[in-house]
Amino acid sequence: MPKDGGIGASSKRREDVRFLTGVGNYTDDIDIHGQAHVFFLRSDVAHGTLNAVDTSAAEAMPGVVKVFTGADFEGVGSIPCGWQVTDKHGEVMQEPAHPVLAQGKVRHVGEPIAAVVAETLEQARDAAETINVDIAELPAVVDMKAALADGAPKVHDDLTSNLCYDWGFVEENKDAVNKAFEEAAHVTSLELVNNRLVANPMEPRVAVGDYSRGTDEHTLFTTSQNPHVIRLLMGAFVLGIPEHKLRVVAPDVGGGFGTKIFHYQEEAFVTFAAKACNRPVKWTSSRTEAFMSDAHGRDHVTKIELALDTDNNFTALRTDTHANMGAYLSTFAPSVPTWLHGTLMAGNYKTPLIYVNVKAVFTNTVPVDAYRGAGRPEATFQLERVVDKAARELGVDPIALRRQNFITEFPYATPVAVEYDTGDYHATMDKLEEMIDLSGFEARRKASEANGKLRGVGVNCYIEACGIAPSNLVGQLGARAGLYESATVRVNATGGLVVMTGSHSHGQGHETSFAQVVAEMIGIDENMVEIVHGDTSKVPMGMGTYGSRSIAVGGSAMVRATEKIINKAKKIASHLLEASESDIELKDGAFSVAGTDKSVAWGDVTLAAYVPHNYPLEDIEPGLEETAFYDPSNFTYPSGAYACEVEVDPDTGKVTIESFAAADDFGNIINPMIVTGQVHGGLAQGIGQALLENCAYDDNGQLLSGSYMDYAMPRADDLPMFDVDHSCQTPCTHNPLGVKGCGEAGAIGSPPAVVNAVVDALRSAGKDVTHIDMPLSPDRVWAAMQ
Amino acid sequence: MAQVSMTVNGKAASGEVEGRTLLSSFLRDQLKLTGTHVGCDTSQCGACVVHVDGVAVKSCTMLAAEADGAEVATIEGQANADGSLNVIQQAFQDHHGLQCGFCTPGMVMSAAALLKDNPKPSETEVREYLEGNICRCTGYHNIIKAIMAASGQDVGAIAAE
Repeated sequence: MPKDGGIGASSKRREDVRFLTGVGNYTDDIDIHGQAHVFFLRSDVAHGTLNAVDTSAAEAMPGVVKVFTGADFEGVGSIPCGWQVTDKHGEVMQEPAHPVLAQGKVRHVGEPIAAVVAETLEQARDAAETINVDIAELPAVVDMKAALADGAPKVHDDLTSNLCYDWGFVEENKDAVNKAFEEAAHVTSLELVNNRLVANPMEPRVAVGDYSRGTDEHTLFTTSQNPHVIRLLMGAFVLGIPEHKLRVVAPDVGGGFGTKIFHYQEEAFVTFAAKACNRPVKWTSSRTEAFMSDAHGRDHVTKIELALDTDNNFTALRTDTHANMGAYLSTFAPSVPTWLHGTLMAGNYKTPLIYVNVKAVFTNTVPVDAYRGAGRPEATFQLERVVDKAARELGVDPIALRRQNFITEFPYATPVAVEYDTGDYHATMDKLEEMIDLSGFEARRKASEANGKLRGVGVNCYIEACGIAPSNLVGQLGARAGLYESATVRVNATGGLVVMTGSHSHGQGHETSFAQVVAEMIGIDENMVEIVHGDTSKVPMGMGTYGSRSIAVGGSAMVRATEKIINKAKKIASHLLEASESDIELKDGAFSVAGTDKSVAWGDVTLAAYVPHNYPLEDIEPGLEETAFYDPSNFTYPSGAYACEVEVDPDTGKVTIESFAAADDFGNIINPMIVTGQVHGGLAQGIGQALLENCAYDDNGQLLSGSYMDYAMPRADDLPMFDVDHSCQTPCTHNPLGVKGCGEAGAIGSPPAVVNAVVDALRSAGKDVTHIDMPLSPDRVWAAMQ
Repeated sequence: MAQVSMTVNGKAASGEVEGRTLLSSFLRDQLKLTGTHVGCDTSQCGACVVHVDGVAVKSCTMLAAEADGAEVATIEGQANADGSLNVIQQAFQDHHGLQCGFCTPGMVMSAAALLKDNPKPSETEVREYLEGNICRCTGYHNIIKAIMAASGQDVGAIAAE
């Protein structure tokens, strides 16, 4: 029987009501009395020397308040990078300055050169058109390998080259890995591209800056996944504003998918300009601006090699990746191709020897950073593609080859420095096989062929590392932040609770699922629990939401704070019941004395905490509010097995997804309805990457896919109904809820299934196709068949 | 500047607009009906769909002046008279047809227009009708379910989840 509340119930989302009736509070819905609007004049060339920016005409235009250029920010800090990677020689990465407005050079199309603040957005835009920018255009570098060639134009003149870092992992294993390849019975190799994507949350970014001269306090309203992180990065490193004078609010946020983690120039600009202009300043991104200013995702070029012995056991894995950083280092960019990618290269397999080489490269393109999955989709795609190719080369069943090499004993220490706590990869594969009716596939293929279509099936596994992350570990790896989470639970006198969490919900439904957890622990109705997030003035501290960390880290902090509440409430109850504290039990919202019928209700205890007439004042303070910080001891490791069936039209190359099945192991689950929805969304993004989406530049660094007219977003008629199961559950062993996280799985696990299926379809027609680079658009598929 | 008057969600509304002012801007900035969202600048995403004289319109693609004298319906006017969710809105909540909520107003308004013209659409018809409404969160699965459920059809049959 489904539960009707608490942990495990598909509680309907309380936040839906405001979203469905048009009364949500997104950042663009915020207008502050007296606010001015800013329009950014952005570079239309990819690389050039900025000789002069003449704003005199703009300053005289109607409604203009003030015009800013890079010169106004010379005393202001650089937009910081939050992760410093050390390369295989022990040298730290090259880290260029990143100005709020361009200084001296422009380095990508879309880089802001000047900003016009005016009474209205239209006036600001009109005035920006009169700014005269003198740019001496320079040759641009777009292709990563060309950027590393001798004599290539340098994106940053003060760096030695366009190489950010050359990372080897695990460097000490390199010789042993090479030796294993020399001794291998079979080697499968594959060169592939993980296509550049644009996250495209439906809400474009918005930032509103406000300043109170009376109190010297700054407020920034922004579309962020982590307002406290923005407060730290912008306050400490860019503008020099202490935390107690800077409030950052991220209200209802319309999707993030990673690209709203990062600290952007526009946030620093509106905060700075609000003080400089002495009035609120608002920026609303257009979608066109979003394409050239939101951090992009993926963009790896990889060669992967898999060594096998005579029994088809994987003996070694070797990869060589070029990872695009774009023109500047976005907040977490250096960590994505390294610690979020190299550490996952074992996948679900007991390959004993692995070596990963990653060269991160500066190019004249928009910065690249984490996008749903962040490093883990890139790892999964190359690994699952090369395993599939190996199965074909060896003439063995791809599922059997995977099963033969599965890790089966846990905990399992991989050769790439992580320890999987739990998992059961055979169980998810068993479940998947049950879902997809493989035995009926040949009949379905024949039916497709009778209709003139080719049919293919593709299967793959995935593993990801979520619940980011142990602070002491990531500190050693170069993170310039802790990755704990905090929660404060405030119990009111009449028994209702307010939970202030550092996690941020921008579609994930935390207001519902987090309340389910606390309500379950106390045994009260979910509606007695309110979740507050997204405001640094209300929530003491927070590291935010990304990396599928909210329930695993934020939820654990909330559990710890609630445990403290319960412990104190038991002390109060023991006083009221005149019983030993050790005999007090909490069940269904009432405290009772074990073995007796004496009890006191939750509300009576909370009232006593605030009206302490009959209260153990000599032992404990009045009030009922507790805070906990939770720092995880390990990552969590969700895993699963996915399958895709496609039809390919041999005349046009058009691929149609006929079915998609996902069997996931997320450990324990709080709200199955929300978890299923998260998987659906991830699958759509992964299938979008595989079939539709591609962020393209020409050789001059011009962005070719700068709007929804050119960038193919998945639409309702591109996708099937999904078959999703998460009944295989191996609970996480090291967090109090036993949860693993589910937000990114769909995007990580789905691209290889699609490509494996299309290759299978083409080969069924006798085509000697081993790989097609994503997106598998009709022209690419058709060309591969010729 | 020109004076425009229209009926919005059954109430008279008027204001001064520039010739270039879009209906979406008029609704959001002047009438403060911020439930209508703007998610792109090429009339692709559909977050701004409203009804003008009973027809679904992308309000970022219509000038406010063109709506002079029209009957306009937005997401703010969709709930039942007692404030409860209407059938479509309730189906979206029941079937988890929204996550971040940003595309949702346009989805609900498009769904209402679809069901008015086609009271029992097939899954394929719903998908084709929503081609002009982009959602990045849900993968559409639960939106399709919600709309079919709102039309009174048994959605248990169309998918396992």
